[in-house]
Amino acid sequence: MTNQIIQAILLGGYYALLACGLSFMFSVMKIINLAHGSLLVLAGYLLWFLAEHYHLSPFVGLLIVTPLMMLIGWALQAFLLEKSARGGELLPILTTFGLAIVIENLLFEHFGANTRSLAPYIGDLSWQSWELFSGVYVGKTSVYILVTAIIILGSLQLFMKKTPLGRQIRATAHDPDTAGIVGINPKKASAIAAALAMGTVAISGLALGVRGVFDAYSGGPQLLFAFEATIIGGVGSLWGTLIGGIILALAQTIGANIHPQGFLLGGHILFIIILLIRLVLAKGGVSHRMKAAFGGAK
Amino acid sequence: MTHAVSNGLLASDLVKNFGSVSVLKNINFSMNADEAVGIVGPNGAGKTTLLSALAGAFQLDQGSILLNNQDVTEKCASARCNLGVVRTHQIPKPFDGMTVFENVLVAASYGVDADKQTAYQHTLNAIQLSGMEHVANRQAESLGLLDRKRLELARALATQPKILLLDEIAGGLTEAESVQLVDTIKELRRQGIGIIWIEHIVHVLLQVAERLICMDSGEIIADGEPQAVLSNPQVVKAYLGGGIE
Repeated sequence: MTNQIIQAILLGGYYALLACGLSFMFSVMKIINLAHGSLLVLAGYLLWFLAEHYHLSPFVGLLIVTPLMMLIGWALQAFLLEKSARGGELLPILTTFGLAIVIENLLFEHFGANTRSLAPYIGDLSWQSWELFSGVYVGKTSVYILVTAIIILGSLQLFMKKTPLGRQIRATAHDPDTAGIVGINPKKASAIAAALAMGTVAISGLALGVRGVFDAYSGGPQLLFAFEATIIGGVGSLWGTLIGGIILALAQTIGANIHPQGFLLGGHILFIIILLIRLVLAKGGVSHRMKAAFGGAK
Repeated sequence: MTHAVSNGLLASDLVKNFGSVSVLKNINFSMNADEAVGIVGPNGAGKTTLLSALAGAFQLDQGSILLNNQDVTEKCASARCNLGVVRTHQIPKPFDGMTVFENVLVAASYGVDADKQTAYQHTLNAIQLSGMEHVANRQAESLGLLDRKRLELARALATQPKILLLDEIAGGLTEAESVQLVDTIKELRRQGIGIIWIEHIVHVLLQVAERLICMDSGEIIADGEPQAVLSNPQVVKAYLGGGIE
């Protein structure tokens, strides 16, 4: 049981890393990015491409892919999401849904149906482990992913709290119109936030690739895990995202213990229970309760 | 009353419609950067819309706005703030989740091109001038109405405005609180900051305004020396239906 809890915590770190960019975009720009999973698969493919064709270690490739993904994030916000957000709350959701389909099909067309993995390009690290105590082993990549998630979430938290740019993004997140009248350019602030979110997506893409295999359509399940971790942990709280990821992984582990096919179901049941609890505890009308349940109400 | 202003605001033929409702109808208005102009008028006269138009909150349907002879009609609110035109809101809109200090600091950092140290100094000055030292480290959402209004003012001051647009900043305050606020605004006048102030509490407004404009149904119906405007029969009819005390 101890072993399972430890492995669940490590898996939670992976979910938190997946959810980081999604949570950041949701809390700052109020956009549920349904293309999040596809974008991190895209990052995985870019890393794989550099490793396969240019023999660049995925860790070195990250130095190229991260700024590239940040550029993609900036462009998406400036040319697509900002414009679609003017059409109401639903339009950005539909836009990112469409974007996910476009990305998935482009990846499928270009890379085909074969699964890929970054594990062959990181040497022994992909299977090495530490023995914590008698009979309990932890994979090195899983530990590194958890540590990376903690570092990224902590850095983002510090960045948002302590830097002028972070305060600019927080002000824009709270009220873009008021941010504008004190000299902040809300469009620029949102584009920077999107770039940051996509920077974390690049790292999530690396984690996805070194943990296992992916194909063009792997984005959906990753989005689901990221979304559940974000909602369970509470939107807007970066540390909550880490806790949400760990709780989700624990629920999946418990589910798997109850029934061999209960792994995913355990997570989904917990997600629904938490949504229902928030719906019941929230005050106000149906619309406000729904927003509160998903973390959107102020 | 319009005339060319080399140092101030010139708004010409401003028109704004919201759907079929015409909120600003060919507004012509000018002020020097060192003037204090009060705006009065009944609810729905278009006062706040005019202020929003000057601050760049939306695009006009027609007309132009010059600031120091520079055309700012197409410029957004943040660009106008950088040029020195800043507004406060009738209903305070602090950035929740931030302290008072952070609220003001964010304005000091981006309202004007300032390095970190200068931004901190502007923040401290604005907080001091607004009398908010005692609540500087409080979360903005926990403030009472007077302090929220002060925060609106402090945040605007931190951007180093040349012209400050105040929207019913005395509304909802007690007499004593209004006196404190007027003292602060008088200090701003001494510093040479131009002010356009919308206010329903006329006796408070007249302590600062050197010129008064009265609006009704999206038009300026009187503009000039305050007592002359208040005694204008058209103003009396439109605004109060009787004499203004």
